[in-house]
Amino acid sequence: MGQTKKLQPPLADSIVRSLKAGDEVLITGVIYTARDMAHKRLCEAICRKASLTGDAGQKLPFELEGAVIYFVGPTPPRPGRVIGSAGPTTSARMDNFSPKLIAKGLKAMIGKGYRSDEVRDTLKKYGAVHLSAIGGAGALLSKHILSAEVIAYEDLGTEAIRKLQVVDFPAVVAYDSHGNTIYKL
Amino acid sequence: MRQIEFEKIVSTVESLCIASAHELPADVLTAIEDALQKESNPAAAKILKQLIENAGIAKGEKIPLCQDTGLAVVFIEQGCEVFVKAGNGKTLFDAINAGVAAGYKNGFLRKSIVADPLNNRKNTGSNTPAVIHHEIVPGDKLKITVITKGTGCENKSRFETFNPTVGKEEIIEWIVDVVKQAGADACPPLIVGIGLGGNFELSCLLSKKALLRNLQQKNSDRFYAELEAELLARINSLGLGPQGLGGDTTALACLIETAPCHIGSLPVAVNIECHSHRHKSAVI
Repeated sequence: MGQTKKLQPPLADSIVRSLKAGDEVLITGVIYTARDMAHKRLCEAICRKASLTGDAGQKLPFELEGAVIYFVGPTPPRPGRVIGSAGPTTSARMDNFSPKLIAKGLKAMIGKGYRSDEVRDTLKKYGAVHLSAIGGAGALLSKHILSAEVIAYEDLGTEAIRKLQVVDFPAVVAYDSHGNTIYKL
Repeated sequence: MRQIEFEKIVSTVESLCIASAHELPADVLTAIEDALQKESNPAAAKILKQLIENAGIAKGEKIPLCQDTGLAVVFIEQGCEVFVKAGNGKTLFDAINAGVAAGYKNGFLRKSIVADPLNNRKNTGSNTPAVIHHEIVPGDKLKITVITKGTGCENKSRFETFNPTVGKEEIIEWIVDVVKQAGADACPPLIVGIGLGGNFELSCLLSKKALLRNLQQKNSDRFYAELEAELLARINSLGLGPQGLGGDTTALACLIETAPCHIGSLPVAVNIECHSHRHKSAVI
């Protein structure tokens, strides 16, 4: 394992470039949730925007520049709580969508497992990282989430985009912006 | 003939779903604790400790162990001297689905089931229908087992048919490769359920059923007990480790179930299960 670094989104390019595969990070601040269907919609919104002239295109639900996306579909909160269990889902399912978002300024993703060669190349090209949180530790990870608010695609239920306030959210740099990965196989 | 009320089944399944989501079975916890004692990689040991901590928080604070509270798979062993008193054209299967819906609603569990796999994928909002496997056994009891397995690992499960003339080495290599391909995506340390024999659908069912055995209990057949031990050693020598980040603990157990099969085939199914191995049984 490398060093432990504190991250506060939105993330500057220099901070992202300083991260090395194997570094442990603790994230404090705002991150956004999105998994399969939300990714599909975000990318459709980007494509529609690009195909239109002028600024009449569809606005994205949050600013991607410097943003951190967490691949998670939480359980519903019990009364009086902000969120239920909230661990990472398998990142590979987002491989077809992530490059588009990285090209628009996304700086970090939190998930679990492997990413495609295309994603790795895009991380390198634009300066972004993929972080791994502990899959199957949703109860433990939920303790780092202070608030959660649905900001888009409410009809998707658990897959809606949520704005999360997190404190010292733990993850490991699984793929850095220099082409390195912590995975050996 | 003994009778069981419809509502009794509904409330039992509801309780099983809620307990399954929050309480890691004692044998799984023991397996993780044993692995922690043997783990030589400090980063891997740290993750195993966090999994034990996660189980404590889940049980103590009623937060599901994992946000993927799964598709509810329900195994029913119905004694031939017991029947379900339902009425209104309803069946045992209706009672099970009503219980799953109640459990996922009242337990604040995630509803992860879509009504159609390809067209529209609209969420049913109740986590039903459950996948139900039913068998008739001797006696007047009804045994209900709920396994709430996440999809990250289920997606990595595989099936293959081998020539009947192959040796066990070829099958071992294929199973180890399935685990390797699953890797970090499936949330290791894994539990590997293996169905050997039967036919196409039976071997897959056996591979899921195999997961229900107590992890500290050896296979009752000596040949398969040795095969399980060999597979576990081979899988752990991959060095994938917890979360695929390196270490000695890639799998906690390999569990084999077998069935007779055709002279011309040797079906093998591998059901990949994550460390958050959630299942619970009740006998009515």
